Amino acid sequence: MDLNALPEHLTKTRRGEPVTFLEAISEALVEEMVRDQDIFLMGEDIAVYGGAFKVTRGFLELFGEQRVIDTPIAEGGFTGAAAGAAHMGLRPVVEMQFMDFISPAYDVITNYIATSLYRGAGPMPLVIRGPVGGGNRGGPFHSQNVEMAFFHTPGLKIVYPSNPFDAKGLLKAAIRDDDPVIFEEHKGLYRAPDLRDVLPDEDYVVALGEARTVQEGTDLTLVTYGATVHTSVKAAETLAEEDGVSVEILDLRTLLPLDEDAIVTSVKKTGKLLVVHEDTRTGGIAGEISMRVNERAFEWLDGPILRVTAIDAPVPYSGSLEDYFLPQAEDVVSAARYLAAY
Amino acid sequence: MSSGELSREALLDLWSGMCLQRAAEERLETLQKQGHVTGSVYRGLGQEAGCVGAAFALRHRSDGTGDVLAQAIRAAGALFLMGGDPTDFFRQYLARATSPTGGREANVHWTDFQEGFVGPVSPLGTMIEVVAGITLSFKLRGEDRVGMVFYGDGATSTGAWHEGMSFAAARGCPLVLMVEANQYAFSTPTSRNSRLETFTAKAPGYGIGAESVDGVDVVAVHEATRAAVGRARAGEGPQMVELRYFRRRGHAQHDAQEYVPRELLEEWEQKDPLDLFRARLLERDDVSAEELEGRWNAAVERCAAAADQALSEPRPEGESALRDVYTDAHALRPWTRPPAGSELRPRPTGPWT
Repeated sequence: MDLNALPEHLTKTRRGEPVTFLEAISEALVEEMVRDQDIFLMGEDIAVYGGAFKVTRGFLELFGEQRVIDTPIAEGGFTGAAAGAAHMGLRPVVEMQFMDFISPAYDVITNYIATSLYRGAGPMPLVIRGPVGGGNRGGPFHSQNVEMAFFHTPGLKIVYPSNPFDAKGLLKAAIRDDDPVIFEEHKGLYRAPDLRDVLPDEDYVVALGEARTVQEGTDLTLVTYGATVHTSVKAAETLAEEDGVSVEILDLRTLLPLDEDAIVTSVKKTGKLLVVHEDTRTGGIAGEISMRVNERAFEWLDGPILRVTAIDAPVPYSGSLEDYFLPQAEDVVSAARYLAAY
Repeated sequence: MSSGELSREALLDLWSGMCLQRAAEERLETLQKQGHVTGSVYRGLGQEAGCVGAAFALRHRSDGTGDVLAQAIRAAGALFLMGGDPTDFFRQYLARATSPTGGREANVHWTDFQEGFVGPVSPLGTMIEVVAGITLSFKLRGEDRVGMVFYGDGATSTGAWHEGMSFAAARGCPLVLMVEANQYAFSTPTSRNSRLETFTAKAPGYGIGAESVDGVDVVAVHEATRAAVGRARAGEGPQMVELRYFRRRGHAQHDAQEYVPRELLEEWEQKDPLDLFRARLLERDDVSAEELEGRWNAAVERCAAAADQALSEPRPEGESALRDVYTDAHALRPWTRPPAGSELRPRPTGPWT
C-alpha cells in the first residue's frame, strides 16, 4: 500500500497540516501498518465503527478485516489472543476501549505476557493502548489511570505521552519494540486544540525510556507526565511571573523503564524535587521516584521531596467533585512555593 | 475397545507413547522420593490414553510449521509426542541450568515453537486465550495448521476460559479443546464445581462442536480427536473433546487424596489405560507380549538415561536470575551484592551485564 493513497484525515502530516494528539496516534498506527504486514489491530468496535474515539476510523477499509478485528467484549480473551499471535511472529496492537476495562486482562498481562521471555517462551512484541485519564466527567469507570497497576510487574514497559509529536514517535517505538508495552493516551489531550502541531513529514521514533526536558530551570525540579505536563507548565508560568521561581520540568514520557538518570541529573542541579501526577496518591509513581532520588542524590537535596496528585478516591462524576479530585495548577503553585522557600 | 482403522505400527506407537509417559512419571516419583525434586510432582496416572491418543492426531513437524499443542500438567505424553525431550522433562523438574527455561520454570511449563508446543502458566484458562491467538494467526496467514489445548475440567469455571472461548468461537479459530474431565479439581469433586453431568454441555453456549469420549480407551480418544482435528482443519471452528477418566493420584504427590472414596480409586485402578490397551493389542495375531514388554522396557531405559543425564547437570548460577526480564535490559543487581572486587555502596550499580 502507498502512503499517498491514504484518505485525507490520515495524511495531514504529509500535507503539512497540524494534527491533534489523536490524529498523531492514528498516523502512527497507519504508517506502521503500511510498513509492516505483521502488524494488526484488535479491539472492541475498532473496525466498522472506527473505535469509540475514532482513532482507527477508515482503517477497516484500508487494511481489511484480517488486520482490523472487531472482538467480542472479552478484554482478557483478545489480549491473551494477542499473546498467542505474538508467539507466532505477528505484532498485535490491541485497543482497550477505555483503559479502565483492562482489568479482565490483568491476569494474562502480568502472569503470561510479562513473564514469557523469562520463561523461555520468547519475546512478546505487542502493544496494549487506549484512553486514560480524568477531567471529562466520565465517572469512576471511564477516567482511570492504570499505570501503577502494571508498574510493579517486571517485563512490561509503560508509555504515557503528553503531546502529538511524542505520541506518534513513542507509539512507533512501542510497536517496533520486542517487549510488551502498555501505551496510555490521555483522552483530554485527544482533541485539545492547543496541542495541535505540525509534525515532521518523515519516519521518526521517540526512544522508549527517555524523559524530555520541557523547560529548564534552576530552583526546583518538577517531574511529571501525561496531561499534568500541561498543568505543570501553566503553574510554572505563574511561579515565574509572581514569585520569580525558576522551575525545571521533566516529562517522563516512558514510566517503565523510568529515566532515573534524567531525574537524578536535574535534582543534582536544582536540589529540590516536586512530582506531579494525575494518578492517585498512594502507590503512585511519586513514591518510587522519591526512593530513587533518595538512593542516588540524597546529599544534593535541599528540601523534602513533595508530590501533587489526585486524591485517594475513585474518580467522581460531578464536575465540582472531579475538579476537586484532580490536581490543579493552583495545587502545583502552592506546593512549589512551599518547596522553593526551603 | 476396537482398534479402529489404525495400522499395527500406529497402534504400537500409541503403546510406546503411553509407556513413555508412565515410565517418565514413575522415574520422576522415584527422584522425588530420593530428594532430588524441590518442587511438586504431578502425575497423570490413568490419563495417559487421553494425552497420547489426542496428540497422535496432530501433525508434528520440527521446523516450526506443524500443529501446536498447549500441554497441561498431566499431559506429558502429549508433549513427548510433539517433540518434547524426556531429558528436558527431568531437567525442568530437577531445576537444572540446562533446562529449556534455565531453571526459571518447572515441570511441563516449557515452550518450543519449532517442535510445536507451548507451555502453560499456572493460572487456569489462560492457555485457551493464548492458543486462540496462535490459531488466529494460522487463520490470518492461511496456514493449514491447528492448535490443541489441554486443560482440566476445573479450568472451565474461569473467566479466562470463557473469554478465550468467546474469542475463538467468534473468530472461528482452528482450535481443539481437550477437557480433562478427571472428576476432581484438586480436592473439589466435579459435582461441586458444576451442575453439569458433562462438560460438553458448555460447548453449545459457544456454538461449537463437542464430543465426549472414554478417556482410558486410547483408540476411542484418538478417533474422536482425529475427527475433531479434521473439522477444525476444515474451517469448522473450535472443537471440544471431553476425556472422561479419573485422576488416580492427588493434585500433586504431596496430596494424599484422602478426600477420594477408596472404592472409587479401586474402581478406576481396574480401568488402567495401559492394562486395557495391552489386553486389546494381545488379541491381535500380529502383536506379542514380548514386543509390548520390549517397548515398555525401552521407555523405562530411555527415562532412566534421561534422568541420569539431567541429574549430572548443574543448577543455574543465581546471578542468571537477572537476565531476560526484557529483550534489551537485565534486572538491576542488588546493591548489597556488588560484583567481586567492588565496594559495597548504597547505590544501584547499573544494569548487570
